[in-house]
Amino acid sequence: MPLLEISHLTHYFGGLRAVSDFNLSLEHGELIGLIGPNGAGKTTIFNLVTGAYKASEGSIKLEGQELVGRSPHEINSMGISRTFQTIRLWGQMTVLDNVRVAHYHSIRYGLMDVFLQLPRYQKQEREIEEHSRELLRLFKLEHYAYEPAMNLPYGVQRRVEILRAMGGRPKLLLLDEPAAGMNPNEIGELMDFIHWIRDEFDLTIWLIEHQMRLVMNICERIKVLDFGETIAEGVPEEIQNNPRVIEAYLGEQGEVA
Amino acid sequence: MDLNFLVQQFLNALQLGSLYALIALGYTMVYGVLLLINFAHGDIFMVGAFLGVFGSMVLNLPFVPTLLLSMVLTAILGVVIERVAYKPLRHASRLSAVITALGVGLLLENGMLALTGADPRNYPENFIVTETYDVAGFSISNVKILIIVLSILLFLGLYAIVQRTKWGMAMRAISYDKFAVPLMGVSQDQIISLTFILGTGLAAAAGILWGVAFPVLNPYMGLRVGWKAFIAAVVGGIGDIRGAFLGGLLLGFVEIFVVALGQPFGISSTWRDPIAFALLLIILVVRPTGLFGVARRQKV
Repeated sequence: MPLLEISHLTHYFGGLRAVSDFNLSLEHGELIGLIGPNGAGKTTIFNLVTGAYKASEGSIKLEGQELVGRSPHEINSMGISRTFQTIRLWGQMTVLDNVRVAHYHSIRYGLMDVFLQLPRYQKQEREIEEHSRELLRLFKLEHYAYEPAMNLPYGVQRRVEILRAMGGRPKLLLLDEPAAGMNPNEIGELMDFIHWIRDEFDLTIWLIEHQMRLVMNICERIKVLDFGETIAEGVPEEIQNNPRVIEAYLGEQGEVA
Repeated sequence: MDLNFLVQQFLNALQLGSLYALIALGYTMVYGVLLLINFAHGDIFMVGAFLGVFGSMVLNLPFVPTLLLSMVLTAILGVVIERVAYKPLRHASRLSAVITALGVGLLLENGMLALTGADPRNYPENFIVTETYDVAGFSISNVKILIIVLSILLFLGLYAIVQRTKWGMAMRAISYDKFAVPLMGVSQDQIISLTFILGTGLAAAAGILWGVAFPVLNPYMGLRVGWKAFIAAVVGGIGDIRGAFLGGLLLGFVEIFVVALGQPFGISSTWRDPIAFALLLIILVVRPTGLFGVARRQKV
C-alpha cells in the first residue's frame, strides 16, 4: 500500500478552481518535489492534505485511511507534519517550548492528573522534554533551547521549523519552500540536511520549492503544476527537458539555458 | 494616621486587589486565545457568587464544598456559553462576538433577577465565622487572610498550568499564531474549552470570596466589578496572566489608598473611582500595551 494516495483532488475557492484533478501516489521513503509558477496551487495542495482546507472533491488517503473531512490536529496525529512558506514559529516562545507544543497529540494525561500531580502527568511531561532535547541535540541546536525563536538567525529559524515538525513524530513531512530566502551556501547545506533527516528518521518527504538547484539535485520524482493542473511528472532529467514545463516557466518562446 | 491604620488599609487593598485579579485572569485568558473581550465575564462572577448562596443556604453546605461546587458549576456554564454563543461566531467579525458577549451578560443578569428576585442576598452567618487576631499589636481578620492567600494560591496554580502543561503551552502558542497550532496536532476546541473552564472557575471563586468580604449580593453586582477587573486586565497588558494579576492588585491599592490618604485632605470617598481611573489612564498613556503587554502586529 502506498503511504499517501491522492486521487482526483479538486478544490474551488468560490468559483475559482485552484486545484484540478490532482493525483499522486507516494511510497514510503520517497523524496519528491512539487514545482510550478507562483499561484499554481502548490501550497493549496499542502493545505488540503493537512486539513487546513477541506477538499471540494477527491480523496486523500494516508495508509488507506481517508483524510478528507478530518480536522488538522487529527491529521497531524495520524503522521503528517509540515513547515510553512513564511516561518510560523511561535516567536516569543523558546525553541524548546516550540518543540514541546508539537508533541501535543501524543500526551494522554487529564486535568485531574495535573491537579493531583500524579505520576502519569510527570512521566509524560518528562518524556516530552527528553524527546525534545534529543531532537535539539540531533539537529545540533541544543545551545538555542532557551532562546525565544524570533531572536534566531533566519536560516536557523528554518531548521527549527523542521525540528518542530519532527516533534509530532511524523511519517510524512511536507516542506513548503524550505530554501526560501537562503543563499547558495545555505541551500547546499539544506540539501544535505534534507537527505540526512530522511535517513535518520525514516521519513517520506514531499517538498515545494522554487530553487531548481535544490529540486533537481535531491528529488527522486517531480510533479509540475500550472494553474491547478498537473502538466508534467517524472525524474528530474525528464522535467528539465519537458517543453510544457519550459513553456510554463519561461513563456512560449523561452529556452532553458 | 497611625501604623495600625496603614496596615489595615494595606490588607484591605490586598483583599480587594486579589479579587479583581482573580476576575481579570478570566478576561485576559479568553482574550489571549480568542481575541474576544468576554463582556459576560463580570456576570459569570455574579453567577458564581449566587451559586454560593445556593450551596450554602439551600444545600446547607459548608464553605469549602460550596466553593468547589460553585467553581465546577460555573465552569460548566462557561463552557456551555462558549459552545452555544461564541463558537458559531468564531469566524464572524470580532464586533459580532463582542456584541454577543454583551447580550450573554444581559441574559445572565436578568435571568438571575427573574430567578431570585431583587432582594440582596448574603451567606449564612456560620459560613465563615469572622475572627480577629492580634498579631504584634495589629488586628488582622481571618477573612482577609483567607481571601488573599486563596487568591494567590489559585493564581499560582493557574500559572503552573500555563507554564508547565501541554494545554498551557498550546494556549500561549495560540495567542502567537493561531493558524499553525492545529497543524501541529493541537485541538483548538479543547484549548478554548479549557480556557473557559479555568477562567470561569476562577471568577466563581472570586464571586464567593467577594460575597464573604462584602455580603450584599445582587444580580447586577457583576457589572461594576466586571468592568473594573477588565480595566485591570488591560492595565496589566491583556493576554498576559501575570499582568492581569498585577493589574488587579494595582487597582485594589489605588482605590483603597485614594480614600485612605485623601481623607485627611478633605477628599471625599466619592472621588475614589475618578482618581483611580485617571491614574490608570495615565499608565496606559505611558505604556499603551499595559504593564506586561507586547505590541502585536495585526493584519487589518
